[in-house]
Amino acid sequence: MSPDDITALLVTLRLAGITVVVLLIIGMPLAWWLSQTQSRFKTAIEAMVALPLVLPPVVLGFYLLLALGPNGIFGKASIALGGGTLAFSFTGLVIGSAFYSLPFVVQPLQGAFTSIGQRPLEVAATLRASPLDRFFTVVVPLARNGFLTAIVLGFAHTLGEFGVVLMIGGNLPGVTQVVSIAIYDHVETLQYGQAHVLSGLLLVLSFTILLAVYALNRRFAVVRI
Amino acid sequence: MKRSSGLSLLVMALGCSVLLSATVSAAEIRVAVAANFTDVIKQLGAEFGKQSGHKVSVSSGATGKLYAQIKNGAPYDVFLAADEGRPTLLDEEGVSIADTRFTYALGTLVLWSADEALLDKGQFAKGQSDKAQDVLKKQAFSHISIANPKTAPYGRAAQQTLEKLGFWEQLQPKMVRGENIGQAYQYVYSENAQLGFVAKSQVFKDDAFTGGSYWEVPIDMYDPIVQQAVLLKDNAPARELLDYLRSPEAAAVIQSYGYSISE
Repeated sequence: MSPDDITALLVTLRLAGITVVVLLIIGMPLAWWLSQTQSRFKTAIEAMVALPLVLPPVVLGFYLLLALGPNGIFGKASIALGGGTLAFSFTGLVIGSAFYSLPFVVQPLQGAFTSIGQRPLEVAATLRASPLDRFFTVVVPLARNGFLTAIVLGFAHTLGEFGVVLMIGGNLPGVTQVVSIAIYDHVETLQYGQAHVLSGLLLVLSFTILLAVYALNRRFAVVRI
Repeated sequence: MKRSSGLSLLVMALGCSVLLSATVSAAEIRVAVAANFTDVIKQLGAEFGKQSGHKVSVSSGATGKLYAQIKNGAPYDVFLAADEGRPTLLDEEGVSIADTRFTYALGTLVLWSADEALLDKGQFAKGQSDKAQDVLKKQAFSHISIANPKTAPYGRAAQQTLEKLGFWEQLQPKMVRGENIGQAYQYVYSENAQLGFVAKSQVFKDDAFTGGSYWEVPIDMYDPIVQQAVLLKDNAPARELLDYLRSPEAAAVIQSYGYSISE
């Protein structure tokens, strides 16, 4: 692997790691709300969360290109806060990845929260545990495997991100050039050897991660993907 | 019962869509075109279609990408590259039809901004724009977009220009690379990049610039962008299209987009 390829790999791992943290912060309350609510908006929200599963990443990338620009909602906000526009920045990629990998974090969490049921919470409530206390001392430990699945899938899905980055990334080495873009570059310039190395690496990594998820799920039978 | 009828409807719909796509692709000339020439070939294809009855279908991308696709058996009839290198290689490799290669246009590089005030408007004596050079020198912008120099001839021309001006190294941190010249333009057009090197054809229609501000890079700053066409599959309609591209009426259209014609 060339130094550029290693840089791309590090950028990708960093992007996946940060995206998972961001998604846990967003996804935890969202999944909890979805698992508890009787709201008539629930179905619509669930559909919206699942949208990235079927939406072509370029569609997401296209809207992001507009939203991150100086006339877009994110771009305007960023400029107002004293930053530049967000396209071609690592922050922009994190925003894109958060949309892109949202269902992979929210769905396992929601499944885990739902499967816990009301009973443990009711018991905790009779012992005067506050709602926050109930969540962190009862729900979180019981949903441990849901969290594990969410983290691993969110991470793995972000590793392979391509369409969104192609649209808003700008192919900046060390900043926005992720592995999939580097592979694309290699293929376009007919450097099939280098493309093979990176592709093989992603393949093995993705398979290993999925293997771990399925092995865990079989053992504990808590979450179905 | 209800479910199975729904399923058969779905299967029928799928079948119809397969049939439809098969009939559509029957009588058409498939053209792989460098991104910068996309608008032009679409207009020319429509004119040609009216005269000949053939349908021209256009696939656009970076010349390097299209070349890789063609080498791997992509089913195009005609290749309109943004350089002479790839068509020549295809000739040498025996992939294209011998003796069909010719220059259909000479490309022009433009530094363009959506901001009316950022650059100048027009060409200058000896081709030097003080304003453009000043902007590049002061780096009064956060991003400048170019096409990927590795795959797109306009990207290579942009690199040569910046190297000649001595700004290539300094501008690296601010440089964003589009996959092809189409994406490089998209970055500037959406104002995510404040300026960028694009093909003149992208910002020039009907013999006039379409907006923004610009610096037409003097042609001695970069190797000529000799855009060559080559026939990939020998069939009469495709040969007719290539002949049409060499006609005076096609030349007039090509020039109206800011290209020069060789000879």
